[in-house]
Amino acid sequence: MDAATTTEKQVPLEPVDYRTEPARYKHWKLGFDGAVATLTLDINEEGGIRPGYKMKLNSYDLGVDIELHDALQRIRFEHPEVRTVLLTSAKSRIFCSGANIYMLGLSSHAWKVNFCKFTNETRNGIEDSSAHSGLKFLAACNGTTAGGGYEMALACDEIILVDDRSSAVSLPELPLLGVLPGTGGLTRVTDKRKVRRDLADIFCTTSEGVRGQRAKDWGLVDEVVKTQQFAERVKQRALELAEKSDRPAGAKGIALTPLQVTIDAAGRHYKYVDAQVDREARTVTLTVRAPESAGDCSVEQALAAGVDWWPLAMARELDDAILGLRTNELSAGLWLLKTAGNPEAVAAYDEFILSNQGNWFVREVLGMMRRTFARLDVSSRSMFAIVEPGSCFAGTLLELALAADRTFMRDSEEAEKPAAMTLSKMNFGALPMVNGLGRIAARFYEDAGKIEASRALIGKKLSAKEALEAGFVTAAPDDLDWEDEIRQVIESRVAFSPDALTGLEANLRFGVKETMYTRVFARLSAWQNWIFIRPNAVGPSGALKVYGTGAPVKYDWERV
Amino acid sequence: MIDYTEKIPNNVDLGRDRVLQRALEHWQPAYLDWWYDMGPDESKELEVYLRTAISVEPDGWAQFGYVKMPEYRWGIFLQPRDQNRQVNFGIHKGTPAWQEVPGEYRSTLRRVIVTQGDTEPASVEQQRLLGGSCPSLYDLRNIFQVNVEEGRHLWAMVYLLHRYFGRDGREEAESLLERRSGDADNPRILGAFNEPTPDWLAFYMFTFFTDRDGKFQLCALAESGFDPLARTCRFMLTEEAHHMFVGETGVARILQRTCEVMNEHKVEDPSDVRALGVIDLQTIQRYLNFHFSVTIDLFGSDASSNAATYFTTGLKGRYEETTIDDDHVLKDAEYPVSEVSGGKIVTRNIPALTAINERLRDDYIHEIQAGVTRWNGIIEKNGIPFRLTLPHKGFHRAIGNFAGQHISPEGDVLSEESWNNRRDKWLPSAADHAFVESLMSGRVIEPGKFANWIAPPIRGINQQPLNFEYVRFN
Repeated sequence: MDAATTTEKQVPLEPVDYRTEPARYKHWKLGFDGAVATLTLDINEEGGIRPGYKMKLNSYDLGVDIELHDALQRIRFEHPEVRTVLLTSAKSRIFCSGANIYMLGLSSHAWKVNFCKFTNETRNGIEDSSAHSGLKFLAACNGTTAGGGYEMALACDEIILVDDRSSAVSLPELPLLGVLPGTGGLTRVTDKRKVRRDLADIFCTTSEGVRGQRAKDWGLVDEVVKTQQFAERVKQRALELAEKSDRPAGAKGIALTPLQVTIDAAGRHYKYVDAQVDREARTVTLTVRAPESAGDCSVEQALAAGVDWWPLAMARELDDAILGLRTNELSAGLWLLKTAGNPEAVAAYDEFILSNQGNWFVREVLGMMRRTFARLDVSSRSMFAIVEPGSCFAGTLLELALAADRTFMRDSEEAEKPAAMTLSKMNFGALPMVNGLGRIAARFYEDAGKIEASRALIGKKLSAKEALEAGFVTAAPDDLDWEDEIRQVIESRVAFSPDALTGLEANLRFGVKETMYTRVFARLSAWQNWIFIRPNAVGPSGALKVYGTGAPVKYDWERV
Repeated sequence: MIDYTEKIPNNVDLGRDRVLQRALEHWQPAYLDWWYDMGPDESKELEVYLRTAISVEPDGWAQFGYVKMPEYRWGIFLQPRDQNRQVNFGIHKGTPAWQEVPGEYRSTLRRVIVTQGDTEPASVEQQRLLGGSCPSLYDLRNIFQVNVEEGRHLWAMVYLLHRYFGRDGREEAESLLERRSGDADNPRILGAFNEPTPDWLAFYMFTFFTDRDGKFQLCALAESGFDPLARTCRFMLTEEAHHMFVGETGVARILQRTCEVMNEHKVEDPSDVRALGVIDLQTIQRYLNFHFSVTIDLFGSDASSNAATYFTTGLKGRYEETTIDDDHVLKDAEYPVSEVSGGKIVTRNIPALTAINERLRDDYIHEIQAGVTRWNGIIEKNGIPFRLTLPHKGFHRAIGNFAGQHISPEGDVLSEESWNNRRDKWLPSAADHAFVESLMSGRVIEPGKFANWIAPPIRGINQQPLNFEYVRFN
C-alpha cells in the first residue's frame, strides 16, 4: 500500500468534471417504463475515475456517484411522469458492495472526505426528492448489499431484499476495515429504520451481515422475497409506491442540456456564476449574478426557457461550481461570496416560485436551489459574504450571505447607490439547511421574536446600518475602512489551521438543532475523519491498509 | 474641522489622509478632555517653556518656546522610511518590511501597540499632582515636558491604531483615554502603571527606572517587521532619552545635596540627616529597590510563549537586534534563566526563543547598573563611604520565576516571615513616605530657587540660565 501511495503522488490528475449525461454513463443504466424509472448499477470494473484500482463486485467510486447524481437530475427534470425510482443491479447475486476499498486505500484523506461528502449529498437528495417532489425510491437488493451499497438502499423509501439463502445486507466497515460507514449508514439504521441499538450493534460488527427474515425482523429491510418472486414483487411494489406520488401524468420534461463552463487558470466561468481562484491568497471569489429583469413570469415561459430559466440556470451553475471547487481547489480555503444584478428581478422570481409550487417544474427548481444552497453549509471552506454597492443580496441570493460564516457590508453613505440587502419570503424556510431550518431561523436559533422582526423587513431595502442592526451583517466598515479591513480579515482567516476551521465552522453553522442529516455530516467530519487517519485504520498494519493483502491487522488497543 | 497641518505637526501627510482625519476628529477632542481631567493639576493657564517637535529634521524636533499645555502641538512623527528595510529576524527574515498590517498578525500587533500605548497616559495620571510640590521652576518645567511628551507618545501609538487597525483600532484608541491609573475598576494594563507616584523622589526614580523600561520596549518594537511601528518607536526614543535624563539627574541632584549636608554638618546617621531636611541615603536605596523591582516585572515572564511568538513572527525583536551576532532566528539557541529550586537560586538554559523577555530584562539591568554606578560616583566624590546597590533580580518580584518567592536584595532565599520582618529595611515604609512627603509640602516657584533637599542642576534648559522663568504664572 505504501507503493500505492507513491503512485498517487506521481500520477498527474485531471480535474474532476461533475458534468455527464446518460450516453456517457459507464456504470449505470437508466430505463423508463411509464411511472417507473429503473436505475441499474452495472459497474465497469475498468472504469474508475482515477487509475490504480478495479471496481469489482459492483463497488463504486466518485465517478459512479457523479453518474447517479446526474441520473437523478434527469429523472427530476426530464421525466416528470416518473413517480417511482427503482434502484437495482445488473450483476448476479450482488446488488452493490459499497465504496471500492482499493480506491480508498489509494486516495488522499481529502479525496476520501470529499467523496463521502458528495455521496452523502446524493443520498440526502434522494430523500429530499421523496419528501418534496413526489418521487418514491425503492431499493431492489437482488444480491449482496454491503457497506455503501446498503447505505444507498437505506436512502430509499423501501428496501426489498432477495431471500436466496445467502444475500445479506451488511455494514462491514468496522469488523473488516476498522473504520465506520461513511454515507450515513449508522445514522439511518437508528434514525430512519429504528433498529434497536443492541441489534444495530450486532449488525454493525458482523461482517457477513444479516439476511432473510431476520433482516426484516430487525427492521433492516422492509421485505424479503424469494428469488423466483423477486422481480414480480419489486415491480408490483414500485407501482404501488407510484400511486402515492403527486407527480403529473402527461407533463413534458425539460432537457438538461450540457452546462456551459469555461475552466481556465483564473477559475471557473459560467453565465451567471463566476469563480475566480487566487491560489496564492488561497481564496475564491464566487460571484452569483441575477439578470436585469425577471421578465413576465409564467409557468409556460418558465417551461419554455427550461435550463435557461434563471433560477434553474443559476442553481445548476452554482452547484457545479461548488462541486468543482470542493474537489479541485483544495487549498483555496476561503470563499468570498459576492453577488451582482437586479434585486428586483430576484424578488420577482422568488415570489413566482413560491406561489407556483403546484407546478412540478417550479417545484423541482426550488428543490434544486434548496439542495444547492445546502451544499454550501456543509462545505469545508470558510465563507465570507462581501456586500458592496452593486451587489444583489436579495431573497434567494441573500441566502449566500446567510450561509456565510461572516458577512461584511460596505457602509458608503455618500455613494449614489449604496450597498443594500433585501429579504424575501424565500429566506424563511423555503431553502432550509440540512438541519431543517431556514437560514434566518437558524441564525437566530429559532427565536420567534427575532424571526418575526426579520419577516417584517421583507421587501425593504436595508442599508448597511439597518442590516447590521437587524443582525444580518457581521461588520459594516465604511469607505475609509473598507479595503484594509477586508484585506486584513481575509489574511487573518487564511492563516488559521484549515482543519480547526473546518471543525469550528461546522460547529457554528449548525447550532442547537440536530437532524438525521446534521448527524450524518457531523459524524463524517468528526468521527470518521478521526478514525480514518488513525494508525488503526491507515497505519502500516491498520485494517484499511492491509485489507486484501493477507497481512494481519495490528491494533493499538488503547481506547482514546 | 481641524486645521491639521497647523495644529498637529506631522510627517504622515495628515492633511490628505481621510482615514486619519476622520479618526482624529473624534479622538482629538476626547484627548483634550482627558488632558483637562487627568493631565497636570491646575496647569491649564501656565505658560511653560517647552520643547515641541515640529519635524523630524535635526532642527525641527526641539523647538523651544512658551506654551500653555492644552495648546501644546502634539504631533505625529515617524522616522523617515528606509525603502530597503527588511524584516530582520524570525521566520520572515529577509522579506521586505511590512508597510501594512499583515492580517494574520492583526490582533497580536494591536495588543502589543495598545499595551505600549497604555503606559503613556498612565504615567501622566500618576504624576498629575506633583506640580504642587515642585522643588523649582526648572523641575516643574521638566515634569511638564515629560508629561506632554508622554502625551505625544500616546498620540504616536494612537496614530498606528487609527491608521492601520480600522474600527477596532479606533475603539482601542478611545479605551486608552478611558482607563485610569490606579482605578480598581478600570485600571491601566500594566501593574507598575497603577502604582502611585506620590513624591518627587518617586518621580525621578520612575523616570530613571520605568521610563527606561519604556526605552527598551521601544527599542524592541523599533526592530519590528511592521515598518510604521518601527519608525514610530525610533522617533519616540529621542524623546524618551530626555525623560531618563530628568530621572537620572534628579536622583543625582538629591544625592549631591544629601552628601553636601552630611559633610557640612558631619552627620551620618539617617535620623540626623533627616533632621537637616534632606533625604537620607538609606531611604534613597529603599526607593531604588522598589522602583527597580516593580519595573523589571514589566518585562514579563522569564519564559514566555507570547514573547517567542512575537519574535518568531517578526513583530518584536531584541534590544539592538540587527547588531547581535547570531542567526536572528534562534531555532536551537538557548539562554540562561534563573529560578528557585530546592531553596536555592539556580540557573538553567531554556530555548532562547522563549527567553526573549529575560534577555531584554538583562540588557536593561546592564544599562541600569551603569546609571547606578554614576550615582555612586557622586557619593564617592563627596567622600562618603555609602554605596547604592541594585538588588538581586529576584527581589520583590510579582511576575516570572521569582513571583511568590522571598528573595533578599542580596539574593538569599528566605522564608516569608523572615522576608516580611525585614521588609521595611528594604522597601520604603509608610514612615519613609511620610518623611519624604513632609519635605515636599510646598512648591518652590521663585526663579533660580531650589528646595533644600535637592541641588541645582549643572545647567539650564536650552542654554537658559538657572534663574530663567521656566514657567510663567499669570
